[in-house]
This record gives sequence, structure tokens and C-alpha cells, in this order.
Amino acid sequence: MTGRDTILSKIRRANASRQDDSGRRATVAERLAAHPTGIVPGRAKLEGEERVALFTEKAESVFASVVRVASDAEVPKAVADYLRSKNLPQAVRRGEDPRLAALPFDSEPQLTVAVGPSDGTDLVGLSHALAGIAETGTVALASGRDNPTTLNFLPEHHLVVVRCDEMVGDYESVWARVRSIWGEGRMPRALNMITGPSRSGDIEQTMLLGAHGPRSLHLIVVG
Amino acid sequence: MKVTTPAFKEKATEAMRDPILQKALGNVERGFVAKRKKGAASLPEFEELRDAARDLKIHVLKHLDLYLEAYERKVIASGGKVHWAESAEDARRIVTDICKRLGAKTVTKGKSMITEEIALNDHLEAEGIRPVETDLGEYIIQLRGEHPSHIIAPAVHLTKEQVASDFRRVHDHLAPDRDLTEPTTLLSEARTVLRREFQVADVGITGANFLIAETGTSVIVTNEGNGDLTQTLPKAHVVLASIEKIVPTLEDVDTLMRVLARSATGQEMSVYTTFSTGPRRSDDPDGPGEYHVVLLDNGRSSMLGTEFEDMLRCIRCGACMNHCPVYQQIGGHAYGWVYPGPMGSVLTPTLVGIEKTGHLPNASTLCGRCESVCPMRIPLPRMMRAWRAREWEKALNPGTQRFGLKLWAFLAKRPALYRLAARAGRWGLGWLAGGRGRIARLPLGGGWTRHRDMPAPQGATFMDRWAAGERPSRPTPSQTEAQS
Ligand code: SF4
Repeated sequence: MTGRDTILSKIRRANASRQDDSGRRATVAERLAAHPTGIVPGRAKLEGEERVALFTEKAESVFASVVRVASDAEVPKAVADYLRSKNLPQAVRRGEDPRLAALPFDSEPQLTVAVGPSDGTDLVGLSHALAGIAETGTVALASGRDNPTTLNFLPEHHLVVVRCDEMVGDYESVWARVRSIWGEGRMPRALNMITGPSRSGDIEQTMLLGAHGPRSLHLIVVG
Repeated sequence: MKVTTPAFKEKATEAMRDPILQKALGNVERGFVAKRKKGAASLPEFEELRDAARDLKIHVLKHLDLYLEAYERKVIASGGKVHWAESAEDARRIVTDICKRLGAKTVTKGKSMITEEIALNDHLEAEGIRPVETDLGEYIIQLRGEHPSHIIAPAVHLTKEQVASDFRRVHDHLAPDRDLTEPTTLLSEARTVLRREFQVADVGITGANFLIAETGTSVIVTNEGNGDLTQTLPKAHVVLASIEKIVPTLEDVDTLMRVLARSATGQEMSVYTTFSTGPRRSDDPDGPGEYHVVLLDNGRSSMLGTEFEDMLRCIRCGACMNHCPVYQQIGGHAYGWVYPGPMGSVLTPTLVGIEKTGHLPNASTLCGRCESVCPMRIPLPRMMRAWRAREWEKALNPGTQRFGLKLWAFLAKRPALYRLAARAGRWGLGWLAGGRGRIARLPLGGGWTRHRDMPAPQGATFMDRWAAGERPSRPTPSQTEAQS
């Protein structure tokens, strides 16, 4: 017997005595297909401006910075403003996301925008979120050419564009969107839920920002 | 990892006498306990979610074989590979084979208690492969040649001065007289050193907090981002996870996420929750070229259907040890193996045998704080009692203890004799106290009197007083008020 068979048959022996096998199979198949929703916190049910306000409050409480702009046209200026405020060179790297590609970056002539994954030498990464999650001030990012995963972790500063109309209340709504894009039972290679900049509490339980990932997370909320 | 639990008592005594350790442990009580309280209070639905989390894992365990099969199918469909390891040895061999095939020289590691359980680092080193721990706490522990003393805060037993001196010793390419008094400086230094390791690593090994059957996804939860760099940059990502990490669907992960961080660090959500499904895809500009999952049993399947099955619900949040008055005094190393605190006192005997680890379920007052904070509502005290019962059945506890308990049972079954013995005992203890009301040294009771006096019994025995018609006086309402 292979290790696989031994392990599975041991588990099966312990479990078979409790319920008949066809019943167990039906239960499992049904749960996987129906993926029922559990308990969703009341606060995740807020809508509209209240939802955006909760997102902002929660994100700021974990030391992300948040700025709100009215439209795409204002994003390049928000990026440039952030770089100026941190005394950073006017340079960012982004993925091929068409929504980022369509931004009018020429409105900021000093800003250079590189495209593609990071090799670790970039100071600032710019990504587009799949969703913002108000419940905990979290952004969800999907891997791929549009928003390479390396941009989420290697640069010192991570800027993320989140659209108000893609803001959701709870994690469950992200899964609904993932299923509508990638299909039932499928996922992007990496889905990152990011809640604030990286930190560590490993030295004397003191929370310090900027461990291995970005030292700061700046969220640009559009709409 | 070698089991040093037989020396539990000596190690615990040493720990309590170590002033540096006691200073560091103060941070557990002050930090974690207050943080968890705040975390739990942050969500009105928290208690309801704990019930749901418990029920979810009960469901998973009843259908574990089927969910594992469903999970495996999905991993394969997304281009990954699943390896099954019955024992620690199997798991070590599987991981080493992957590393050797890829010609790996350096392996980065995210935090994983399972790799501690199978002593992977020693094994890799013996094969000429260099493992590099990348979680800051684990990195510090590795530099010191130690083992973690806590499942989520591996270096909680150390002070910043100790870390500074280790960095000065090991990072000898930096100026020896640099200022390392601030923890932020230590963090930046580790970040710079480890960045280079991330870039050169050939294989990245992480654990998993959850494995999702619906999608074939592994999930890691971290604050530093080290796990993500570990798994994104190298040629291959190896996930090492035990079989009970399975969760049916994405929605089920939501339930567990909502209790995990709040119970562990009091955060509402950890910084990085990463869902990984398979290797780099054709349209991916980054990510690992290969994706492997090693599913470890190592004794867990034998827990199913026994009185220890509930332990398999554990999500390794660490709340039980943070709130344990024993852990708070002695720290994690005294427990003598990978898993400390109440969860370790139940799990360690299961995984390495009660013969060597009988001290653990006995080193508890069964105060119940662990169960009261466990997000998965695991009845830890009940299981510690179950271990004590098994120890008794196997006749593993010391002769004096067994003799004492047997003697007590003999008397308890014979009321007249019991009353006589109680009277004699009362008289004997009174004589030992010699009118001082306290006993400084008690034959067979040295464990008690070494640290404190034993109070001598006052008046006649309870039974005699009861027979004489004495009854407790009820406090009058005004007395009750005065007390409260
Ligand atoms: S036993 Fe409960 S409290 Fe302890 S680590 Fe496991 S889940 Fe957390």
C-alpha cells in the first residue's frame, strides 16, 4: 500500500462507523458545490458611503494611508503627491492592468512608470485591487500579468488603486467575484489579501512596521 | 526534534529561576492576553463565530478522507503535485528528494511548526542543503541554535539585548560597534540580510494554515510578508501541512479567519493572508515553477474516533498558552518538544507517546482558562484528565502516587475506617505542628512544604463536626453587601 492509501484507509475506518459512506459522499459533494455562507458580521453589511467610511477607518487603524479621489484622471497626481510627501524619486512600477495603463500619466511629466514584475530594485509598486473589503480594511489582489505578485512584496512602498464600485463589505463577496471571473472551484495562482503594511512583533512583543514586505501601504480610493 | 520532556520538572525549576526569561515572559501576559481581549471585543459576533468554527471542524473530521481526496484532485488539476507522508521520516525524504532534484543549495522557509515536528532543518543540513528561516522570530532562533518556545511567537523568551548580541556575533560583515539598541534597527538589519537569501534561494518551504478542498488552495497567514517572498521567488514552492488542515470551501476559511488573528494577536486580520493554487501559469510573470504539497499524518489519523479527536480542531493560534498560568511562569522550552502550553500537553503525548511525556498533562491545575479562550472550543482540560487516566491504566505514574491513591480508595470505600483514619490524621498533623498552627516539614509531602508551610487542621474532623450538628452559618444580607 502507498502512504496515500494507508492514510486514507485509516481515516475511513475511523469514520465509516459513524455514518454510511454514500451519505458522507453526498454531504461532501453538496457542501463543495453549494459553498454555504457562514456568519457574516453585521458591520460587513453596510453599503455605499458607509461602507467606504468603514474601509477607510479599518485600513487606517492598521497604519495604511488612504486618499480618496473623484476619478481615474486624478490618480496620477495622487501617486505623484504621495512620492513627494515621502521624498521619493518620481518613479513607480506597475503591471499590465488595462485600468492602470489607461491612467493619464502624462499629466505628471516627471513621473516615470515602468511596467512588469519587480526584481527587487524598485522602491515603489503600483497595483490595482480586485476588491477592497470594508470589514477589515483589506485589499484583495490577484496574480498575473496585470498585477504581478512581486509588486505586492518587494518594493518598499506599495500603492494600490481601489475603486468604490469594487468595494465589498465582506470576504464572501470577494469569492463571488473570484468565481465569476475564474469559474467555480478555480482561483488565480495567488490571491493576496493585504491588511496594512508588513510588520513584526517578534522582538519583545513590540509591533514594528516594515518587516519583509512594504514599509508602507498607500490606498488610492477612486470614485 | 529530541524529546526532553522527561526533564520537565528540572527545566521548569530552572526557567523560574532565570531572571532574563522571567522578564521576557512578562511580555506574554501583558501583551497577548490584553490583545486577545481587545480582538474578541472588536466583533459582536465573535462567540457565535467560535461555535461555527468548532462545528465546521467537527464536520471536516467526520469527512476528512473525502475532503482530502477532493483537495488532491484540485491540486493536480491546477498543475501541482500532492505527496502523502505517513511519518516524519517520509516527509523528510519527500522534501529532500525535491530539493536534490532541483539541485537546491539554499532553501528559504516560512514559519512552520510542522517542519519543527519533523526536524527538517537538521535533515536538510545533513544533506548539504542550507535552510534559512525567514520569519524574524524563527531567524533569531536559528541563529541561536534553539527551538521556538511559542507556536506563533518563537522568540518570545528572548529580550532585545539578547537579539542584538546574536546579530553582532553572526552578521560579522557589518561594523562591530554599530548601534543596535533600538528594535527597529534589528528589524532593518534582518530585512537586509534576508533579502539576499530570498533572491538566491532555490526552493521555498512554507506551512499552511488551511488547505481548501473546493479549489486545491493552500493558505498562509503572516504579518511580515516573509512567507510570500519565500513562496514567490524560488523555482519551487513546497507546502508542508498536516492532514487536518483541510477546510471545505472558501467561505469556510472566512469563518476561521475571523477567529484566528483575533485569538492569536488580537488583530482583526493578519497583514497577509495568501491563497496559493498551483505553480506559475502561462500568463504569469512571476511565481514558483513547481508547486508541491506534502500531506503529513504522523499519528493524527489514529486520533480520530478517540477521546483526543477534538484536538485535531486546533488552528494553532496560541491563545491557550498565552493564557496558561503554567506557561506564563515557565515558557515553552520546559515542555521539551515542539508544541508547548495546554495544546502541547494534549498533543505531545499523542504524537510522541505518554511514556516520555507524562509530566505534561499533570503540570496543570485544570483551571480551564485555555478552554475558555480557545477559538475552536477544544476541551483541553478534559483531555489532560484523559491522559492522566491513561497514565494510571498503564501504571506509568510514580509508585508513591499510586500507593497513595490506592490507599485513599481503600479507605474511601470503608466509611468507619475512613473516619478513624481522618481523626488519626488530624491528631497526627496537630502533633507535627506542635502548637504553631503550621507544619514546616511533612513526611511524604515534601513537594508541598519545600515551598510553603502546610496549615494544621483546626478543630475536629468535618464528619465529627457535622455529626455534632454543626452547620455553616449563612451570611446575612448586610454581610453579603459588605463583602461585595
Ligand atoms: S488549542 Fe485552541 S487556543 Fe490552543 S492553539 Fe489550538 S486553537 Fe488555539
